[in-house]
Amino acid sequence: MKAKHLRNRWLGLLPLGLILFLSGCGQLEMTVLDPKGPVAESQYDLIVYSLWFMLGIIVVVFVLFAYMIIKYRENRPGRKESDYDPNLHGNTAIEVVWTVIPFIIVILLSIPTVTTLFDLEKPPEPGAGEEAKDPLVVYATSADWKWFFSYPEQDIETVNYLHIPTDRPIEFRLTSADSMSALWIPALGGQKYNMAGMMTKLYLQADEAGTYDGRNSNFNGEGFAEQTFKVHAESEEDFQTWVEETQNEAPQLTAERYDELLQPGITDKEAFSNTHLEYVQHHTKEDAGYVVERYREQFKDQLHLYEIDKQESFQ
Amino acid sequence: MAAEELKTGPLEYRTQEGQMGIMGFWIFLGAEVVLFSTLFATYAVLFGRTADAPLPSELFEPGIVLVMTFLLLTSSFTCGLAIHEMRRGSVKGLTIWMAITLALGLGFLGFEIFEFVHYAHEGATIQSSAFWSSFFILAGTHGLHVTLGIGWAILLLIQIKQRGLTNVTSRKFFIISLYWHFLDVIWIFIFTSVYLIGMVI
Amino acid sequence: MHITDILVTGEPIIYGAMVSMALVGIALLFLLTYFKKWGWLWREWLTTVDHKKIGVMYILSALLMLFRGGVDAMMMRVQLAFPDLGFLNSQHYNEIFTTHGTIMIIFMAMPFLIGLMNIIVPLQIGARDFAFPYLNALSFWSFFFGMALFNISFVIGGSPEAGWTSYTPLSGAAMSPGPGQNFYLMGLQLSGIGTLATGINLMVTILKMRAPGMKLFHMPIFTWSTLVTCFIIVFAFPILTVALALLTIDRIFGAQFFTLTGEGLPMMWANLFWMWGHPEVYIVILPAFGIFSEIIATFAKKRLFGYHAMVWSMIIIALLSFLVWVHHFFTMGAGAFVNSVFSISTMLIAVPTGVKIFNWLATLYKSKIEFTVPMLWSLAFIPSFILGGVTGVMLGMAAADYQFHNSYFLIAHFHYVLIAGTVFACFAGLVFWYPKMFGHKMNERLGKWAFWLFFFGFHVCFFPQYFLGLDGMPRRLFITNVVEWLPLNVISTVGAFGMGLGFIVFVYNVYYSFRYSERETTGDSWNGNGRTLEWATTTPVPYYNFATVPYVDEIDPYVRMKEEGKTTYEESKVKPIHMPSYTGQPFIMMAFLGLASFGLVFEWMYVAVFGLLGGIIMMIRRSFDYDDGYYVPVDEIKRTEKKARGL
Repeated sequence: MKAKHLRNRWLGLLPLGLILFLSGCGQLEMTVLDPKGPVAESQYDLIVYSLWFMLGIIVVVFVLFAYMIIKYRENRPGRKESDYDPNLHGNTAIEVVWTVIPFIIVILLSIPTVTTLFDLEKPPEPGAGEEAKDPLVVYATSADWKWFFSYPEQDIETVNYLHIPTDRPIEFRLTSADSMSALWIPALGGQKYNMAGMMTKLYLQADEAGTYDGRNSNFNGEGFAEQTFKVHAESEEDFQTWVEETQNEAPQLTAERYDELLQPGITDKEAFSNTHLEYVQHHTKEDAGYVVERYREQFKDQLHLYEIDKQESFQ
Repeated sequence: MAAEELKTGPLEYRTQEGQMGIMGFWIFLGAEVVLFSTLFATYAVLFGRTADAPLPSELFEPGIVLVMTFLLLTSSFTCGLAIHEMRRGSVKGLTIWMAITLALGLGFLGFEIFEFVHYAHEGATIQSSAFWSSFFILAGTHGLHVTLGIGWAILLLIQIKQRGLTNVTSRKFFIISLYWHFLDVIWIFIFTSVYLIGMVI
Repeated sequence: MHITDILVTGEPIIYGAMVSMALVGIALLFLLTYFKKWGWLWREWLTTVDHKKIGVMYILSALLMLFRGGVDAMMMRVQLAFPDLGFLNSQHYNEIFTTHGTIMIIFMAMPFLIGLMNIIVPLQIGARDFAFPYLNALSFWSFFFGMALFNISFVIGGSPEAGWTSYTPLSGAAMSPGPGQNFYLMGLQLSGIGTLATGINLMVTILKMRAPGMKLFHMPIFTWSTLVTCFIIVFAFPILTVALALLTIDRIFGAQFFTLTGEGLPMMWANLFWMWGHPEVYIVILPAFGIFSEIIATFAKKRLFGYHAMVWSMIIIALLSFLVWVHHFFTMGAGAFVNSVFSISTMLIAVPTGVKIFNWLATLYKSKIEFTVPMLWSLAFIPSFILGGVTGVMLGMAAADYQFHNSYFLIAHFHYVLIAGTVFACFAGLVFWYPKMFGHKMNERLGKWAFWLFFFGFHVCFFPQYFLGLDGMPRRLFITNVVEWLPLNVISTVGAFGMGLGFIVFVYNVYYSFRYSERETTGDSWNGNGRTLEWATTTPVPYYNFATVPYVDEIDPYVRMKEEGKTTYEESKVKPIHMPSYTGQPFIMMAFLGLASFGLVFEWMYVAVFGLLGGIIMMIRRSFDYDDGYYVPVDEIKRTEKKARGL
């Protein structure tokens, strides 16, 4: 009686897991599993590829586990004498098998991991029949708790929002003015760290026009939750129009204004018709301490942040 | 535990307590190796990050460092002699050689303090740059170990005066000799990878 | 300095905590005085060097910390499920997740396991105490004062708020001014010294104090896991010691190791931290594996399958654990080649771990499974841990990790391995060895309630978090401001409260069992199914453990001893037993060093120097201390054994 009770509880796990799994999948638009560009796509492919192996492992272990605890429970009715062998303590053949198989799985997982890793260090390959385009260079500089996006070729700079053309690789040059952060636009691909005194490179690309959510994903203090931005992916023509508009209409970014923006705190969206790169190079050793030296006192102030703006849905 | 006592072999190994103490100290030295390796690694990583402070090649001088090396290497040798005397059962020999070891150790410390003060006058302090932080902490941690070793050995010299050679006192001296030799080995690494390389580059 | 500069003010929750702490403190003082227990407390506990009592103190502290860390977790879950409530602000939330992580790893998981090791390992190998009982007491008090120091931060001075990983430059003096971060550094430093000492102590104990005839490959698997863990402790903890010291020197004395000025290198902290931090993960999981192995073999009533493979896989895991630290920051831009190497080394850990899983399953094959509470925890571990393990491999695939990193996918993964692994093992081990410690079992019915509540709560809490991660929710976010994330967060919070309920039932069971459980009369508490030497002692275990130490030359010695009718008491062979004396020195020495650390936290150098001097004087006293312990006379042993064995 007791054992039956137990078995039912164990089996009860199955639907529970399924419900949770389906409620998760029911949303379907889980950002990472709904890639909008080739980088996110390659990572998605890798995740799905690995997921099959993992599901296989889970099924094997769960089945074996269920078999063992059902068949070999002490008070199962109809247990036979041969169901108990207290001195069974090894079997070389089977131990070799279950060492070799995981090893093979690791090899099978390593190969696509390594090839994808090397691919991610280059701009994404153009699709079949398309010609390769030069990547658009964007300096993404993080400061507590805001983002500066500088377009050196276009000579414009935006704060807390980003415009990119579709179907063209974007080469992000990541750095930080103070704390370590990470640029993450899950719909377009994985993240990398922004560090003061360093520069890291991240290639992303959008295939579909749309507005995507981006953020700093690496905790960096009180205003962390506010350090988000929207990515506006649009056709090359729309992008050019936007660039020209910004060049013509946005004000100049003066050194004083830039210093003001660098103070720890939260700021709104802004655009400028030049970049901060002419004043400070945060990725150099010399300028790594630029903000810390100026605003040491301000880091002592607190924001008393109780709520932040509701973001629109991830799409 | 302490009930069984061997009748032969070095005093410090005759009881199980003695054996365990020595083994425990060997493992502790293993941990110390990791500690110093980490400090060497930070030094290597931060090498060249001197910012506005003077370069090591401008400050490091072969003379004083060679004297320090000579003092410490000799002290390791005299420490070995002290243990040799202890094995022969000579409290007097042990005391004398140990005292010489400590004197050499103190000489080393004096030169090191002089050296640090000199660097500070030249504008290289623990606060001046990442490189100098790592230098002072690496060499300073070694110096702190030497200081602690000297204080510890003085306590042991008092104890041997009070109690003579026993399983326990001989174990304590044997362990401090291990410690002292270990510090010597660390210094050889500091001498080569910090001073020699720092003078050249 | 004014008192309001030191005390944390302005937070109703913290006022509440202060008041309740003060009330509990006053109640404790009153009870101790009323029942005249001060002398008892000092003589029996604060001065003890008995490994069993020290182990009990470790476990009690760990349970207290599980409560504190659990309350932190509940507060976070409430905030995330009800973002409109304005329950916590950003800064307060940051403090809470920082203390939650630090406490659960450093002051809960490790001391819990070290407590179990303290009590059980000497009993399993037939030893009468640790190799260095005085040092063992020192270890405990250093942990205890480190823990106390870390915990007072939320009423005095303010809690650290840079995450349990304390990444620089955020945790440096410039961006985290004030004492909060110093509490983290000094609390960990102080307790870390104790952990290192315990590692050395247990290693020597296991290597030199085994029963006659017991070779390394005759040792019980939990003892093996302890030995391997100690190896990791000895080689990993000095790295933490250095890292913490360097950051402390940065913060207090203005050095430039991790600063943005003076050409410091903040990312070096991440490297140092994880060079310790990854082995640390295995410090808390390998003993758990050992505990599960013991329990599964006991209640399967069968020898452990693949003993040698189990041992070797632990050794390989220990070695690999030092070669994977970069996987905690694949996204730092080290390049494809470095990431590939660390990706593969990370995935390789799955092989020995998989071998262990299959060995446990094979142990169940042709067994007679009895579903006791410890066995339920151990069985539940297998499927739950697999879910954490496979996602760990997914995280190990660096290219995919760029998407998982810093997200709730990662949070779900490490809670799946640390709770299903370590926490389940702590509960399992505590219930399993409870009769050895306290002379009675825990109530099985309440134990099952606690188990099922905690088990379901755990899965409901953390399974949805995988999907939150895949939907782009980052970790350490103080508010759920994306509507799509809310439903899963609510489910998760419901699960968290299930776990909390399970914990309450567990604690109530401690009280209930103390009142109503049948007292043990035999040492072999689990229906005579004990396989290893700890079950061969009487209950309660006499302070000298074994009247006579048996000769051991096989893996499960007690099975044969029972067949042959032997015990650990052969009257003709009883000799006087040498035991160490109790001493208050470790407590006093660590109290001084705790004071020194407290001084450093607030940068009050006089206090620090005073505490340090006190500590040094205590060390000098120790050096002149030639107390060699005492001998337990044969008569007393015979009397004790006759009474315990009912002869």
